Amino acid sequence: MNPIINNDDTVQLQELTQNAYAKKIPLRIFGSDTKSFYGNKIQGHPLCLVNHVGIVDYEPAELVLTARAGTKLREIEALLHSAGQMLAFEPPYFGEEATWGGTVACGFSGPRRPYAGALRDSILGVRMINGKGEQLRFGGKVIKNVAGYDASRLMAGALGTLGILLDISVKVIPRPQLEMTLVLEQTPEEAITYMNTLAGGPVPLSAAAYVDGQVLIRLSGTQAAVQAAAVKISGQEHEPSSSFWQQLKEHSHPFFSTETPLWRLSLLPGSPMLKIPGDWMLDWGGAQRWLKTNEPANLIRDAVQAAGGHATLFRQGELKDQQMKDGENTPVFHPLSKPLASVHEKLKTAFDPEYILNRNQLYT
Amino acid sequence: MSENRNTLSKQFLQFLPDNAVLTHNEDLHPYECDGLSAYRQVPLVVVIPETIEHIVRIVNICRKTNTPIVCRGAGTSVSGGALPLENGVLLSLAKFNRILNIDPVNRLACVQPGVRNLAISQATQSYGLYYAPDPSSQIACSIGGNVAENAGGVHCLKYGLTVHNILQLKIVTIEGELLTLGGSGLDGPGYDLLALLTGSEGMLGIIVEIVVKLLPVPECASVVLAAFDEIEHAGNAVTEIIASGIIPAGLEMMDRHATRAAEEYVHAGYPDNAAAILLCELDGIKEEVSAQISQVKDILLKHRAVQTRIAKDEVERQLLWAGRKGAFPAVVRLAPDYYCMDGTIPRRKLAFVLNRISELSEEYQLAIANVFHAGDGNLHPLILYDANKPGELHRSEELGGKILELCLEVGGTITGEHGVGVEKLNQMCVQFDTLELSQFHAIKHAFDPDELLNPGKAVPSLHRCAELGAMHVHEGKLPFPDIERF
Ligand SMILES: Cc1cc2nc3c(=O)[nH]c(=O)nc-3n(C[C@H](O)[C@H](O)[C@H](O)COP(=O)(O)OP(=O)(O)OC[C@H]3O[C@@H](n4cnc5c(N)ncnc54)[C@H](O)[C@@H]3O)c2cc1C
Repeated sequence: MNPIINNDDTVQLQELTQNAYAKKIPLRIFGSDTKSFYGNKIQGHPLCLVNHVGIVDYEPAELVLTARAGTKLREIEALLHSAGQMLAFEPPYFGEEATWGGTVACGFSGPRRPYAGALRDSILGVRMINGKGEQLRFGGKVIKNVAGYDASRLMAGALGTLGILLDISVKVIPRPQLEMTLVLEQTPEEAITYMNTLAGGPVPLSAAAYVDGQVLIRLSGTQAAVQAAAVKISGQEHEPSSSFWQQLKEHSHPFFSTETPLWRLSLLPGSPMLKIPGDWMLDWGGAQRWLKTNEPANLIRDAVQAAGGHATLFRQGELKDQQMKDGENTPVFHPLSKPLASVHEKLKTAFDPEYILNRNQLYT
Repeated sequence: MSENRNTLSKQFLQFLPDNAVLTHNEDLHPYECDGLSAYRQVPLVVVIPETIEHIVRIVNICRKTNTPIVCRGAGTSVSGGALPLENGVLLSLAKFNRILNIDPVNRLACVQPGVRNLAISQATQSYGLYYAPDPSSQIACSIGGNVAENAGGVHCLKYGLTVHNILQLKIVTIEGELLTLGGSGLDGPGYDLLALLTGSEGMLGIIVEIVVKLLPVPECASVVLAAFDEIEHAGNAVTEIIASGIIPAGLEMMDRHATRAAEEYVHAGYPDNAAAILLCELDGIKEEVSAQISQVKDILLKHRAVQTRIAKDEVERQLLWAGRKGAFPAVVRLAPDYYCMDGTIPRRKLAFVLNRISELSEEYQLAIANVFHAGDGNLHPLILYDANKPGELHRSEELGGKILELCLEVGGTITGEHGVGVEKLNQMCVQFDTLELSQFHAIKHAFDPDELLNPGKAVPSLHRCAELGAMHVHEGKLPFPDIERF
């Protein structure tokens, strides 16, 4: 492993932001642009984070890591790996060069999410620059901290619209001794029941997904625990355990190779299959569902909302949305109720009064 | 004042029954303080609504009359978060005490905010499920109060804090709007307002419904007790257990003072001459627990534990925990008053900080007992004092402040789970600079522009910090001299 480069770019980034604030210049914040497909399309003066790099602090015995936003995710994961640890939320990369800041700003979590927590659950603190160019620190490097509002977890998934992330501290966890994946032939309905039944019992579950007539269950833990559980669960062992989950997490599974628009549905894990025509893949034990379909956005969103969930247009593909006027795009994120949208707007203004940070990327 | 009281209560009585609007002094007194009894204030009026619609109407009246509102769950806060205001309404959620729905398939429960923490696990037990965060006050504290404080507990090391164990909140805003935060699945659209509201100490909205996550009850749990001659050894054992790749379900430490008091009170069979004891619990699948418990025992012995004892059955396990859970009341019996601190520090600084605390205790001539969540570095020094002795309260507050500043010095925080309330406002001026505090105020204003929800708590005014002289003042000038100092 090459040593990770260290460079603190705070001063330059802050100057740029202060200047943009003074002149009301919208900024487009990015790292390696591996996830630029995600969110509403935006314009802005480029503000690149890839030179703000390095591990600020990592003490394996504390289970806490702090890294600068431009640091490569793969370098962070390799470092943790060498100490027998890992990120609990199993982040998707969507590209080799994925950075730490982009990962947090997008707030994606991988298959382990329902059992080990989301990205936001791991966040302990951030250092950031707000839309006025002020440098701020929230949270910290300790596991428990309730001093002040939890502004740091608020940054997870905010797509940089509330602040430019400089350093992010997270809690990390020990790597399990053993992982094993079991496969069973099932219908989607059977799979939903099965995944939720397992999750309700004492099983060291770390992932559960359904695709193409098969349910896949991953067990993680000590050797003793995984082997004891595997005996109780039926199913064929799938080898190597990691390959399917890697493909699912990175969307390199054949399911995802398509130009059809891809929707991400967040639902109660036990929700029955929704009657929207299209191809389905279920992750997170049923709580995150991928849907490939050409159906119109409002039909999808109405059905998901009626089931209590929300729908994100994850990848546009070749979407032709009859509902939208020429030149308009289908909103990527689920529309908010009026009072909720108003809180979003006020919060955005509280952090970024001139709307210079990734303007319109989340909501317009 | 009393005129104000009358007009307000008249408006409330239009939709609330007589016994839900309290205005007489003898009725108001039970609400004058929370668990931080050094601060007391009788509110203007107490209202005890029963429905969300009631709360919306109360909020609308308060907004129109510019009357501040302080919410109260069970009143067990130990930072003065639920301390009433002289000119304010105290809104009790005591009647919001119903579990609305238990969904065993999706492993969640929808509850009203006044439901007691422990009642949730009791109600879900028959499904083999439970609600993980277990503050020591769990028989009394409300789940709404837990959300407002982001409460933790003995099992939070492995299972997380309140913020990690809730899925959805319904809040009433100061505008009188009912908002749903979070989704029905594992996330909601937009900003993570669920996280922002958790631990916001009643300053951003009134929590009226909570969907909590339930976990399967572990197949087995086992606890090992270890006694040490030196606190330092116990601290090192804690660090190594975590470093070894084991995440115990609970990892708690008590010093000599606390151990003795707990033993006299509960008779848990704690050794009476140890400088510190550790309780380490492991849970999960049988095979895993038995392998890990012997691994832990080896680590404890390596760090010179003078005695280790694995609970041989559930009765003994419960007894060992009863001592820990009874440690607070036990210590409190030793002195007329106590003051409980709540700093968190990096684990590796445990021994250093505990030694420094005992030096401070001598310096201030006040006894301190330590009972705390060692696994997550969350200290709870209990300062024992006698409020009737002139100067002791003041001295204990000063000593408490010193301890919190010590936590900051080693890279920690002034509060791990009890919240800032009114108690730690001064230390907030040390932990955060002016810009950060201003950002907190801006967040507050996004929800509550007229500062009617629990005003004066949790985030100090810039003015207060300036007076304290603790602000990071550059060249004698405050940043942004044009911002109003309130
Ligand atoms: C003996 C003892 C042991 C304790 N042990 C622990 C522990 O292990 N871990 C821990 O975390 N805490 C502990 N505490 C502190 C306390 O129990 C927690 O902070 C608890 O979460 C408070 O709940 P409550 O219902 O009593 O809230 P209250 O004291 O009534 O209120 C606390 C705060 O929450 C606000 N609030 C309450 N309900 C609502 C609502 N519905 N909407 C909006 N705001 C609301 C109040 O305004 C106030 O700011 C302990 C306290 C005692 C006395």
